[in-house]
Amino acid sequence: MSVKVRIPTPLRKLTNNEELVEVNANTVRDAIAELQTRYPGIKERLLDDDGSVRRFVNVYVNEEDIRFLQNQETPIKSGDEISIIPAIAGG
Amino acid sequence: MDKNDGFMKALKCRECGREYPLAATHVCEFDFGPLEVLYDYDRARHTMTKATIQGRPKTMWRYRELLPVVREPTVGFQVGFTPLVKADRLARRLGIRELWIKNDTVNYPTLSFKDRVVSVALSRARELGFTTVACASTGNLANSVSANAAAVGLKAYVFIPADLEEGKILNSLIYGANVIAIRGHYDEVNRLCAEIAGKFGWAFVNVNMRPYYAEGSKSMGFEIMEQLGWSIPQHTVVCMASGSLLTKIHKSYQEFIKLGLVPDTRYKIHGAQATGCAPISTAHKAGMDFFKPVKPNTIAKSLAIGTPADGFYALRVLKDSGGTGDDVSDDEIREGIKLLAECEGIFAETAGGVTVGVAKKLIASGKIPANDSAVLCITGHGLKTLDAVVGHAGSTREIKPSLREFEALLAAENQSHLLSR
Repeated sequence: MSVKVRIPTPLRKLTNNEELVEVNANTVRDAIAELQTRYPGIKERLLDDDGSVRRFVNVYVNEEDIRFLQNQETPIKSGDEISIIPAIAGG
Repeated sequence: MDKNDGFMKALKCRECGREYPLAATHVCEFDFGPLEVLYDYDRARHTMTKATIQGRPKTMWRYRELLPVVREPTVGFQVGFTPLVKADRLARRLGIRELWIKNDTVNYPTLSFKDRVVSVALSRARELGFTTVACASTGNLANSVSANAAAVGLKAYVFIPADLEEGKILNSLIYGANVIAIRGHYDEVNRLCAEIAGKFGWAFVNVNMRPYYAEGSKSMGFEIMEQLGWSIPQHTVVCMASGSLLTKIHKSYQEFIKLGLVPDTRYKIHGAQATGCAPISTAHKAGMDFFKPVKPNTIAKSLAIGTPADGFYALRVLKDSGGTGDDVSDDEIREGIKLLAECEGIFAETAGGVTVGVAKKLIASGKIPANDSAVLCITGHGLKTLDAVVGHAGSTREIKPSLREFEALLAAENQSHLLSR
């Protein structure tokens, strides 16, 4: 399945400044694995030592937080868009 | 150290400790941890004495060594130093020996504590050369960015959830800001803004300016300590949206201890949320050090952040200080607003109702002991959230312009008063 992944500014040094990259994956976990193959080092930015998504990283599939879906097991299909976004403050 | 950095040393990741230059950047490139301003406390100690502070104008900027600007602030110089009101009537109603209200409903110029963070963020944004400022907001922040930007001729884009209270929306539009309403809740507005901030060269006060912006909240804590005669209150009750204000009030207490401006006494900081959006207080009650994001559903829209960015740190402050996190229903929020208004003549927005409601619960349960003293941080004015209390504040009684009718009305009331005894 071909999906687009939106790369946040702090990670673009790893993706040669690409802000939108296309990967083939069936789940969010696959997508992160493929990103790692193409852009070595990106996985440790997104996941902590236990393999969980870092607590200050939010991952969305089609604008829904994966914590409301099935976390890294969230299935993805062709045409979906994954966004990786740092947590920010509000008010 | 570069002399041009004022009292700031660097930005530092709160997670891994990596340091970054003092630019418009907010997350660690390595682990996405939030960046925080590091100060040169040894240098600040020389000029920041009680005497010098007391000799300065009564605004939040009297603590400028610990606020992240290099030169004199250029935006919002009049902000802060709001009244700390001794709330004897409310204290009696809630059953506590001593109670204080830190009244940011009368903050300048937009009647909420957000004027503090915005004056810092915009002053710093100008130092860094920005001409367009922006924010993601649940309302109060948008009001403050719009007004303060207008006052100095900065271009403003504010992004809000489309379902905000009408008063909050008008209070941004009137200043000529570009108000963009997003069909979604705050967390979705936030996500969009993170993407916009990555794309445009704007100063997003709570995105790329966040390390500076958030520091402005400390001034509320600095003022409380000075107004209490240079001491830390035994209990401080603070409402939580992202959790940032609570963590910064804690930081302000720690910094004054570090500079020797207040005695190192024990204190507890308590966090208040609305039951319809209580990720932090729920996690605290369950004894967890992480929270589960929620989809907000509460009349306290200014607190409706389901994925609170400072939630982890807020939980740590609650735990380390021995404080409590709790939450109240929409009805309890309205009751809190009325209590504060009827006892102290202070009309707070829904967030203030949350703080009063939770304080009432904590006093009743003994978590704030009746013999102690507490400060409630009231963060925004009630005129901004009239929708929340319409139909709940009683109603007028209409008569003809006739003395006879008025006397009849009073007599009827006395009668029903007697009957209800």
